[in-house]
Amino acid sequence: MPLFDQLYNFAHWLTQNRDEAEDLVQETYVKGLRGFASFRAGTNFRAWMYRILRNTFLTSRTGLRITVPLDSESEGPELAVDPETPETLAIDRSNSAALQRALDDLPVHFREILLLCEVEELSYQEIAETLSVPIGTVMSRLSRARKALRERVNFEMRPHTTAAVNG
Amino acid sequence: MSCDWTTKIETYVDGELPAEEVRAFDKHVRACPTCAGIALARVQMKRTIQSAGKRFKPSSEFRNRVQQRISKTRRNRVISIWTITPAVLALVLIAVAAMNYLGSRHGQTQQFYGELADLHVSTLASSAPVDVVSSDRHTVKPWFQGKIPFSFDLPEVQNTEFSLIGGRMAYLHQTPGAQLIYAVRKHRISVFIFNDSSLPAEGNPATGKQVSFSTDTWSQGGLRYFAIGDANAADIGALVKLFKTPPTS
Repeated sequence: MPLFDQLYNFAHWLTQNRDEAEDLVQETYVKGLRGFASFRAGTNFRAWMYRILRNTFLTSRTGLRITVPLDSESEGPELAVDPETPETLAIDRSNSAALQRALDDLPVHFREILLLCEVEELSYQEIAETLSVPIGTVMSRLSRARKALRERVNFEMRPHTTAAVNG
Repeated sequence: MSCDWTTKIETYVDGELPAEEVRAFDKHVRACPTCAGIALARVQMKRTIQSAGKRFKPSSEFRNRVQQRISKTRRNRVISIWTITPAVLALVLIAVAAMNYLGSRHGQTQQFYGELADLHVSTLASSAPVDVVSSDRHTVKPWFQGKIPFSFDLPEVQNTEFSLIGGRMAYLHQTPGAQLIYAVRKHRISVFIFNDSSLPAEGNPATGKQVSFSTDTWSQGGLRYFAIGDANAADIGALVKLFKTPPTS
């Protein structure tokens, strides 16, 4: 079965639950098989499968929509990079647990685009096809997702400042 | 402190910057400690997410369950078609198909090469024509590891008029394969590589002119190769010759 491990990992990150992830992957393959006639040769198979999985996820949860604030993406890509801080530079593999928690806490529209880009290594074009958004939106959402993740990781790595932040 | 390049660092790290800008950025980053620092942090972050993101693995029980479910779905589809469709109608269809077979082969071949031409043209029209940007075959070949179910050799094109631009994944008839882009003067040539057994027989005709592109196809080591581009047939032939005699290292 093509992409099985990758689709399962993505599904688990989306649903944050093993049983739901299994249901989601199973339904994706069944739908993929049924809809194979509609798959056009020459289009991207990976993006097609991820799109089925994502749409199935959205429809499986009544009332759930991946809401993206309009004002944040309507102006197209904004890729300005923030000045680096020592904390940001300190994010490395030893902070994997903090990063996993931060990913878990991200809004789903940020989490999914980071996973598609960094973990599944989809190109901007494939991500655009999967999410049904223009490439400019992929770039700006990705940039914002990374910024949000960095902020959360920094927060995770500085528990002693929690009181000050909250208070 | 920032410079004009900071807005392009993420695109660069993602491998989505056009080739000419990649060269310019490579040059710039050697002289700009700010950009070098940010790019390094971004690469580090990317690798950490990649490692932390590969977190969940499906159990073997679940894998078996889905496989069984898929087999059942396939079987049901086949059974339902044959129970609904009267046997007589099936025989008529087979007879008609047989009569049309020879006439349709030419059309199928045209359609097959039309799909290859579509892939080639849409790749060149894309803002990011290649997913792995490199003129080094030792960089391009390993990039396909784990992405396609086979391996292949790339010829050494140094000291020839050809240059390797990069590669990307391609899908033809639901089959994953590799697409390599070469340049010869102003022309671009795509070389597609697929598992031979996964493709239909329509792709068999060899050298020629299809949908106004020069094309060539050959089989080698269980793989099917297709070269297509707007270069002349002699250029395509020269590139094919390089592929047919790959270097040992």
